[in-house]
Amino acid sequence: MITGFIALYIFMLAAFTGYEVISKVPVILHTPLMSGSNFVHGIVLVGAMVALGHADTSVERVVGFLGVVLAAGNAVGGYVVTERMLEMFKSSGERR
Amino acid sequence: MTGGFVIQASYFVAAVLFIIGLKRMSSPVTARGGIIWAGAGMVLATVVTFAWPGMENYLLMIAAIGVGGVLAWWSGKRVAMTDMPQMIALYNGMGGGAAAAIAAVELLGGETHGFVVTLLALLGALIGAVSFSGSLIAFAKLQGWMKKPIRFAAQNKTNAILLAATILAGIVILIQGHGGPTIVAVFFVLALAIGILVTVPIGGADMPVVISLYNALTGLAVAFEGFVLDNAAMIIAGTVVGSAGTLLTQLMAKAMNRSMTSVLFSGFGDAAVEGTEVEGTMKPIEASDAGVMMAFARKVIIIPGYGMAVAQAQHKIWELTQLLQERGVKVTFAIHPVAGRMPGHMNVLLAEAGVPYDIIYDLDEINQEFDNADVALVIGANDVVNPAARTDTSSPIYGMPILNADKADNVIIVKRGQGKGFSGIENALFFLDNSRMLYGDGQAVASELIHSIKEL
Repeated sequence: MITGFIALYIFMLAAFTGYEVISKVPVILHTPLMSGSNFVHGIVLVGAMVALGHADTSVERVVGFLGVVLAAGNAVGGYVVTERMLEMFKSSGERR
Repeated sequence: MTGGFVIQASYFVAAVLFIIGLKRMSSPVTARGGIIWAGAGMVLATVVTFAWPGMENYLLMIAAIGVGGVLAWWSGKRVAMTDMPQMIALYNGMGGGAAAAIAAVELLGGETHGFVVTLLALLGALIGAVSFSGSLIAFAKLQGWMKKPIRFAAQNKTNAILLAATILAGIVILIQGHGGPTIVAVFFVLALAIGILVTVPIGGADMPVVISLYNALTGLAVAFEGFVLDNAAMIIAGTVVGSAGTLLTQLMAKAMNRSMTSVLFSGFGDAAVEGTEVEGTMKPIEASDAGVMMAFARKVIIIPGYGMAVAQAQHKIWELTQLLQERGVKVTFAIHPVAGRMPGHMNVLLAEAGVPYDIIYDLDEINQEFDNADVALVIGANDVVNPAARTDTSSPIYGMPILNADKADNVIIVKRGQGKGFSGIENALFFLDNSRMLYGDGQAVASELIHSIKEL
């Protein structure tokens, strides 16, 4: 189990990491970046899979199924649009 | 930690890949690689999760991934770049909904959790559900399905009562250790209603800030559910997105001269401040004259706004730019942080047209350059070039950072008609002595400019 202060330490260090990583991103990349970070929380998919995997009643299965559908949409959609946007960014040198 | 060594090691690698991926996105040179690294992490984490011990319902799981994945892949591939903000809102809302669904399954489940775990599950459920319904409303608004902000009396009071009721339902579940179906359903209906009611009164201009905020909230909800499920990858990825998203939200709100409280608790234009009446007249110019002016300039700065993207003029503008460059004119692009529907959105639209990113500059980088620019071409932008933000203390946009287009020797403003901007404020720039109005559709005007320069 990840418990008590260990959990708090993970939370604190991850929070600072996120802040630092983003603070150096230029404005021109803000939209792809929002989309990219949106993709990263698509990791909720693994949680949704585990929740569905342990669902016992039909209500739990329905909710769990919806959870996995939504999570897969988050992960796949986030990746596709981010990749499409970033692919277009080229410098003058690459253009000619 | 549960799940065995291989699963845990894979989650660890995935977390590292996510952070490296986000880090690489900090430069346009490595950004594309960044998303691929993060994508590899996601595939790895998803594949090993199938080996999680004691799971059932594999068929359902694969079907659900298929349905969600295919729909998202299909929609993501065909969405136009102008519609990107609402698409991001939609995918983000789905993530929030998934976090809420995880909490629902955990709360409905037979086993009783400890106090802290139940509390975190409830917090994640509340935040995730609000992010889900709120993002869907944001999507509907940006997609044009909901035209006007919906406001009613005692809005904030209603929201406060709803929140109190949700917390009350949460406390009942907390005391029981897990919830019966009724109380859990009540909790989620209330939470979803909060998301809807908080978002409907917010105007379209504030939507990017709201989407960014919901993105951060979804991250947080995922992190909380990660604690519930004892899943370190979810905790780290969710928290990183939560804090990064919070920073991004602050940056956007600051660029728009709006505070988070004013975005969430009041509507734009409610105060109905008109600002000082602008004196002078708008002076029109023909495209042929404007073309000559730009062709013989040394330095031209183009200021694109969302209007350019709506007119699909970005390709013509790039053609015009190349034509001017061949004549030896130095052309640069000046982007206001909130140009487009989202910070950086304009950069995406210009990149799509083929404009290289090294001739595109931020507000801070280019603002002093206007002093020695011969021509500033404003196309589809309005409030972000209004000098009243610098000078007129009574203006609602006073204090907002703007692009100093008025400092250029000549200003050409491409505009459909004489109407006001998004915020409904008269633009003092249009009435200046060095300003000329070039009326017409952005794409048509750009074609005329190209034509007149080619004829020289």
